[in-house]
Amino acid sequence: MTKEFEPVIIGFTCNWCSYRAADMAGTGRMKYPANVRLIRLMCSGRLDPTFVMKALASGADGVLITGCHPGECHYLEQNYKALRRVKLLKRTIEQMGINPDRVKLVWASAAEGVKLANEITKFVTEVKEMGPLNWPGRSRIVEPAGVAEEVPA
Amino acid sequence: MTDKKVKSNGDERVGVYVCHCGSNIAGVVDVEGVAKWATEELGDKGVVIGKDYKFMCSSLGQEMIQEDIKKEKLTRVVVAACSPHLHEKTFRTATERGGLNPYLCEMASIREQVSWVHTDKTIATEKAKAMINGAVERVIRHQPLEPIRVPINEATLIVGGGIAGIQAALEIANTGYPVYLVEREPSIGGHMAQFDKTFPTLDCSACILTPRMSEVGTHPNITLLTWSEVENVDGYVGNFNVTVRKKARYVDEELCTGCRICVQKCPKKVIDDVFEVGLGYRKAIYTPFDQAIPNIPVMDAENCTFFEKGTCKACEKFCPTEAIDFEQEDEVLNLDVGNIILATGYDLFDTRRIPQYGYGKFENVFTSLEFERMCNAAGPTNGEIFLRDGKTQPESVGIIHCVGSRDVNYNEHCSAICCMQSLKFAHLVHERTGGKVYNFYIDIRTPAKDYEEFYNKVLEEGTMFVRGKVGEVTDVPRLNEESGKLYIQAEDTLAGVQRRIPVDMVILSAALEPRYDANDVAKQFGISCSSNGWFTEKHPKLDPVATMTEGLFIAGCATGPKDIPASVAQGSAASARVISYIEAGELELEPVRATVDETKCSGCLICNDLCPFNAIEYIEEKDVSYIQEALCQGCGTCVAACPAGAISGTGFSNEQVLAQIDGLLMVDFKPAAVEKA
Repeated sequence: MTKEFEPVIIGFTCNWCSYRAADMAGTGRMKYPANVRLIRLMCSGRLDPTFVMKALASGADGVLITGCHPGECHYLEQNYKALRRVKLLKRTIEQMGINPDRVKLVWASAAEGVKLANEITKFVTEVKEMGPLNWPGRSRIVEPAGVAEEVPA
Repeated sequence: MTDKKVKSNGDERVGVYVCHCGSNIAGVVDVEGVAKWATEELGDKGVVIGKDYKFMCSSLGQEMIQEDIKKEKLTRVVVAACSPHLHEKTFRTATERGGLNPYLCEMASIREQVSWVHTDKTIATEKAKAMINGAVERVIRHQPLEPIRVPINEATLIVGGGIAGIQAALEIANTGYPVYLVEREPSIGGHMAQFDKTFPTLDCSACILTPRMSEVGTHPNITLLTWSEVENVDGYVGNFNVTVRKKARYVDEELCTGCRICVQKCPKKVIDDVFEVGLGYRKAIYTPFDQAIPNIPVMDAENCTFFEKGTCKACEKFCPTEAIDFEQEDEVLNLDVGNIILATGYDLFDTRRIPQYGYGKFENVFTSLEFERMCNAAGPTNGEIFLRDGKTQPESVGIIHCVGSRDVNYNEHCSAICCMQSLKFAHLVHERTGGKVYNFYIDIRTPAKDYEEFYNKVLEEGTMFVRGKVGEVTDVPRLNEESGKLYIQAEDTLAGVQRRIPVDMVILSAALEPRYDANDVAKQFGISCSSNGWFTEKHPKLDPVATMTEGLFIAGCATGPKDIPASVAQGSAASARVISYIEAGELELEPVRATVDETKCSGCLICNDLCPFNAIEYIEEKDVSYIQEALCQGCGTCVAACPAGAISGTGFSNEQVLAQIDGLLMVDFKPAAVEKA
């Protein structure tokens, strides 16, 4: 009996755009999978790469990072810094044997509840296809739904 | 029941409150179950009480929290309800009323992020639990915070003495507060002082502007610093420290009476390419125009015969009050101000950049500002419209709109004033020469009060309008064409034909552009420019004169092209914002700020360049970086960047976020069914 794999995804939102997009998705009763749990930061620029590593190491199968669109950052340009960090971070985790697609950056303005909901849905599907991360020593146990090809030796 | 539950996480006693929000949350999440689970399962984290209630935000719900804080000696509060953007303030206030620091309250948004977006009860309930677990992990690591209060210095710095700056200065000074008005040129007045008539009323620009200028000049609350530039800005809202360089005038301002004998006697004539845009002459010692404020001449040392050759000093010989001072040096002033208004205006597009329009090649192609000066009764031709030879009246004039604006090759923006300005020019040509006028336009934009009426009036006067972008201006006649004319080649898109219209004079309605140094100025003051170079507002619609830097306001064309009424309105708006700050005496800022732990900081300077608000400075003696609390906006980028972990962000510390991640992941996620999106 195989149970369908349900990933857990940690999402980071900025206080000004993407958290409000999540609010809007709620107000508009848009449906998206419950696999994502959001954390509010003031700005995507606050995203310390450690947060992502920590999330992956503690059992998350994917990390979604969201912020204001380029040029619309509440703090002028800090989302560009988030963009730079995420690019570098993806390279780093790839070297650790983690599929870099487990970390995704999405821009969502406060008016884009639909977009955020769609992006979450899409990302959940993508992570489901990737299967569980199964990072050793993590606290969350999920029955593998197939071959966990990514576990580093 | 409670005592034994206080455990590992220090001595924190957490209360968890789960809101039904009627059936909004309770319809999808098992709220009673969640509250019970929190009390039973989260005891080791310090949760001593878990309650659910129909409407947590109601006064009864709030009172329940307040009473529990007292009765159960709670030290932390978690409210699982709607989005914090809706009710964070409500629950913080309730927490405060219960006797706790308001920032020891945390919300979990189980309505917007759970019950409204998920349908499966089991999944939703599990997610709600995870979110509450995360919030508990986070809240026990909260620090009590105090809003930052900064006193506001009553003085205000206004940069730019055009109409917007003048308006702002007068409004603030008339309220009774001191103002420093800094202007780069020798006189205030800005572009408006160069104009002849203002549309659509056709009042004389000088008649409405100069009384304001002299009011500024004599106002007891205004310190006027012309021929001066801001060199450095330090500090933050309420307490800016500004360094201003007052360039040497070589005229003692105390002694000068403004008689201008020096100007008369000066033997050196120089082409005035600033105020007269190259159409007229001034002396080496000069005031840009007769009504200049202050009425104190400036010596142009580069062109002065004495500075060049060591002899002359005619001005000094004839000055009745011995005000000429060849030894004068630049003066550097330090000003303490509470607020700053930037009203630095615009630059005119350099029409040479469009070579096919022939400016600089054909002498009878004029820019809009040149034409303004020519129309001005105090201008180089005493208000007569002449060709470049200075004596021939043109019989026909072509006015080209949108030169350098609404053009992807130069500026995408519409310069807002060119249509009305061009219509005004057409009217003036009719009035003063009776000649023929052709306006070449893309669209006519006359959206303000009485503008459309003015357009109709100009139409009735017989101005010809050709809708189409001009391809080129040339002086080469074709077969059977009269020589000595300029030919404007344009496609008439309404008639669908090519037009080739011979004229004597061409006026280019040039675009308004951001000041050439707008980016440097923005950087100096810690604000930003949009991609097209204008200063960025805090909000383009709801906060058009504020910037993201507290205490820094913007007004007039520096924020984008606008006409005189709009510039004046912005000057007033900015001053109202400043006055409200001054009157409040102090400003309360959200305590979400970053701070540097000096014992951990290695002085690597990585954080310094990341801050867009110039809030981080490097203290050389200690080899550490320091964050100015009032300048910091709390984005946290530096916190994330610090390789030594020396910077911490209040309210969003690493410990808090990392604990929240753990909290969100710790609850085993066992979906009973697959949620269909």
